[in-house]
Amino acid sequence: MKKFFAQAYIWLLLLLLYAPLILIAIFSFTESRVLGSWTGFSTRLYANLFSGQMQESGSLLAAVENTLLIAFVSATVAMVLGTVAAVGIHNLQGRKKQAVTFLNNIPMINPDVITGVSLFLLFVFLHLSQGYLTVILAHITFGTPYVVLSVIPKLRQMNPNVYEAALDLGATPAQALRKVLVPQLRPGMISGFILAFTMSLDDFAVTFFTRGTIGLETLSTYIYADARKGGLTPELRALMTLIFLIILILLLIINVRQTKMQKVNV
Amino acid sequence: MKRSHWSIPYVVFMAIFVVLPLLLVMLYAFQDESGRFTLANITRFFSDSDALGTFAVSLEVAIENTLICILLGYPAAWILANKELNRSAVTIILFIMPMWINALMRTLATAEIFNMIGIPLGKGTLLFGMVYDYLPFMIYPIYNVLAKMDRSYLEAAQDLGATPWKVFWKITVPLSMPGVTSGILMVFMPTVSTFAISEFLTNNKIKLFGTIIQENINSSMWNYGAALAFIMLIIIGITTMFSGERKEAEEALI
Repeated sequence: MKKFFAQAYIWLLLLLLYAPLILIAIFSFTESRVLGSWTGFSTRLYANLFSGQMQESGSLLAAVENTLLIAFVSATVAMVLGTVAAVGIHNLQGRKKQAVTFLNNIPMINPDVITGVSLFLLFVFLHLSQGYLTVILAHITFGTPYVVLSVIPKLRQMNPNVYEAALDLGATPAQALRKVLVPQLRPGMISGFILAFTMSLDDFAVTFFTRGTIGLETLSTYIYADARKGGLTPELRALMTLIFLIILILLLIINVRQTKMQKVNV
Repeated sequence: MKRSHWSIPYVVFMAIFVVLPLLLVMLYAFQDESGRFTLANITRFFSDSDALGTFAVSLEVAIENTLICILLGYPAAWILANKELNRSAVTIILFIMPMWINALMRTLATAEIFNMIGIPLGKGTLLFGMVYDYLPFMIYPIYNVLAKMDRSYLEAAQDLGATPWKVFWKITVPLSMPGVTSGILMVFMPTVSTFAISEFLTNNKIKLFGTIIQENINSSMWNYGAALAFIMLIIIGITTMFSGERKEAEEALI
C-alpha cells in the first residue's frame, strides 16, 4: 500500500514535469503556426528542418550549431582547467585551500544575471569585442567549478603514493600524468564535462549579456527573440522533439550499460 | 614543481573572470556616468517605487517557490532514495532529464498549456512555472544526500524503540539538511533573478528583479543596473551566510 502511494506520487510529479514536453512532441506533427491548434497530421516540420531553408546563417540550425560548438569548446576547456585546478586544490592546505574553494563556489552561487552583467562590464572594461570568444570565456567561467567539484572526490579516493611511485620508477611527469593520474580521475572528469556541457547548453542569461551585437544566436537567444516577436518558429517543436528523443536514447544506453557492468562486477 | 602549484592557473583565471567582474559591479554601482563617486544609484533604488515593488514581488515569489519545491521535492527525493519503494535508477534520471531541454522552450510550452485550458496568465501561472522549472534542482541534492546516508542510523533508532515518524524527524531530516540547504541555494536566488521566464509566464504582467537589471543594462544605464546587481549581491551574501554548512551543501550537488 505504502509502495503504491509512493509510486503514484512519483509518477504524478513526472506527468506534471513532462506535460509541456509531451505537448511539444504531439504538436510537432501538425503544421499550424501556434502551439495548441491542430490542423491535421503532417511531418512537414521535420522535413523543413533538413530541407535547407532552415540552414542559412541566422537560422534555427545555425543557432543549434553555435550552441553545440560553444558548449563543446567551453566544456572541454573547463574539463582541463578544472582537473588541473582540482589536483592543485587537493594538495593545498589550510587557509589557502579554504580561499581557493571559496573562490570556486562564487560562480555556482551567483545567479545567471549577476554572472552575465558582471562579465559584460568586464569585457567593456577590457575593450574586448563581444562575440564567440567572450561567450565561450563566460561559459568556461561558470562551467569549471562543476568540474573541480566532480574531480576532487576522485582525488580523495585515490592512493596519493601511486603517482609518486610512477615517478620513482622512472616515468616522466607527463607520462605519470597520462598513465596514472588521468585514468583514475576519468569518471570525475567525464561527469564534470557533462555538467559543464549541460549548463552551457541551457544557459540563456549569461549568453544574452556577453554575445555582443554581432548577431550571434544560440538556441536560447533564438527562442527568446522568436517569442518576443510573438510566435515560435513551428520547426522548433520538431527540433525539440528530436533533441528529447536523442537524449532519451543516450540515457537509456548509458543506463543499460551500467546495469550490465554492475551485474558483471557482482 | 609542487603539485599545489597546479591551482595557480585557475586562481589567475578566477581572479580575472570572477573577482574582477564583481569588483567592477561595485565600482559602477558607486559611480555616476562621468566616473565620479556617488551614492545616488543606491539611494535611487530606495526611492524608485517601481524597482522596490518588483523587489518585493521577487522575494515573495522566490520564498513561495522555494517552500513549494521543498514540500513537493522532499517526499519525492525520499521515495527515490528509499530502496524498498523505488528499485529503479531510471526514475531519478527521468526527474533530471527535462533539464536538458531548453528552459525557455519548456516555459513557453507551459504557458501554452495554460492558454489552452483557459487559465489567465498571472501570479498563479508564474509560480507554477517556477516550481516546474526548479523542482529538479531541489530533488536532486536532497536525493543525493539521502542516498548516501548511512542506513544503520535508522536501524539503530528503530532498534532502540523509535517510531517510524520519530526516526524520520529525528534522524532522516537532520541528516538530510545539507541537501535541503543546497536545494534552497539552487532555487531561491535564481528565482529572484529570473528574467525572460517571468515575462513569458505572465504575459509581461509581472516583472522579477532580474528583468529590471537586464532592462537597465540593455538601455545603457550601466551604473543603475550595476547598483541593482550590487544590491542583489548583498542579498546573496546574506542568504549564503544564513544557510551555513556551505561545504556539505555543495558536496550534496555532485
